[in-house]
Amino acid sequence: MTDADARAARAAVPIAPGRAPADRQAPGGAGPLAQDQITAEIVQEHEAYAKRVAAGEPELHHAARDFTPYRSSLLRHPEQPPVTVRDPEAVELTGPVFGVTDVTALDNDLTRQHAGEPLGERITVTGRVLDRAGRPVRGQLVEIWQANASGRYAHQRDDHPAPLDPNFTGVGRCLTDGEGNYTFTTVRPGAYPWRNHANAWRPAHIHFSLFGTAFTQRLVTQMYFPGDPLFRFDPIFNSVPDERARQRMIAGYDHDLSVPEWSLGYRFDIVLDGPAATWTEPAE
Amino acid sequence: MTALPPTPSQTVGPFYGYALPFPGGGDLVPPGHPDAILLHGHVYDGAGAPVPDALLEFWQADPAGGLAGAPGTLRRDPVTGAVAGRDPVRFTGFGRVPTDADGHWTLRTLRPGGAPYLAVCVHARGLLHHLYTRAYLAAEPGDPLLDSLDPARRATLIAGEESPGVHRFDIRLQSADPAEETVFLDFPTT
Repeated sequence: MTDADARAARAAVPIAPGRAPADRQAPGGAGPLAQDQITAEIVQEHEAYAKRVAAGEPELHHAARDFTPYRSSLLRHPEQPPVTVRDPEAVELTGPVFGVTDVTALDNDLTRQHAGEPLGERITVTGRVLDRAGRPVRGQLVEIWQANASGRYAHQRDDHPAPLDPNFTGVGRCLTDGEGNYTFTTVRPGAYPWRNHANAWRPAHIHFSLFGTAFTQRLVTQMYFPGDPLFRFDPIFNSVPDERARQRMIAGYDHDLSVPEWSLGYRFDIVLDGPAATWTEPAE
Repeated sequence: MTALPPTPSQTVGPFYGYALPFPGGGDLVPPGHPDAILLHGHVYDGAGAPVPDALLEFWQADPAGGLAGAPGTLRRDPVTGAVAGRDPVRFTGFGRVPTDADGHWTLRTLRPGGAPYLAVCVHARGLLHHLYTRAYLAAEPGDPLLDSLDPARRATLIAGEESPGVHRFDIRLQSADPAEETVFLDFPTT
């Protein structure tokens, strides 16, 4: 089969009937958008942000929810500004707690969940979860999920024609320790194609879900790998307008964390928003 | 002191379904609990279409108004690693529910004591940063947030009682009509 045939075959893969397709369909029913157009939109957004900051507006830590290059955001962001809650009794200033019964000792090793070992480059990902005052977030739940080494998710709606790995599901969880540390053993995920636009590929990433001591500290993010050539093409990575903020989503390769003849080590420290304590910057 | 800059948020994406939801995530109390109420609704996008890949999280006070929570929401069997089910005694206060193919979700819980609302966190494909809102089980005169809102928008936070013990809370992520779009919340960090 030629590459063109393979592409045609993939385009013909049916999407589950009666469902809104996942991220891998061109939006709006029109022909697929070109990468050049998406890239131009990203550059335009970043330049506009840089001008606003140069004019004195505050730097932003997070993406705006209406980031046009990510087409799925168009109908899924509020038009009204959020209403600020200043109630010191707000329920959201507390949050759920988790404990040793909520995880098992093997849950943070994604390479040991099946009879055999998964294919791919074995890695260790470790880091600390801190609040903005630098205090460790202790005993809290960290959850991850990811594609396998071929870039395929173990999800029935992922129709990327890359092989599933019977020895890899791609889900892990653990609790942070007394210093806020977490560790996962897994394999490096592959790049992942989607249908935001023609020839759209996500940089390799691991999804992270984190809790703080307050519900307002909730964070869902994605960890990326250093030097990925796909960064500049990706509307989700680039939805964060600030270059330094984007860098905070990229793990660092740490040779001291690599284990001889076993695994490569990456460090990914995570800082959660709020709650109010000692800093003075305004909220997003 | 200079605050550490936070790690940016990214969308939960389309494929969290085998990772984040768990059996009984929407049952803070078991079926048949004499004091259980149901809270349910749809999530809609800006075209009025149901959102089938949203994930809702709930945090609330226990019936006595306690906000300490309890571990045991997603207990695991240490022998098999399988889900062992929520702590049958302690009220953990936390729920997590994905929307179904119709964009619908259901939570079975107890009425919170003290603050008369459930805190809601919305995640979805297409949503780059989660959204907070609140589900009030009744219009609460004197509530500082509700009182601060335009009456038309205030209604988006009231989970009215459809039938005894059954409350409806629809979430509209976007609407051209400001009165229709759900009020979302921001919590200052200073």
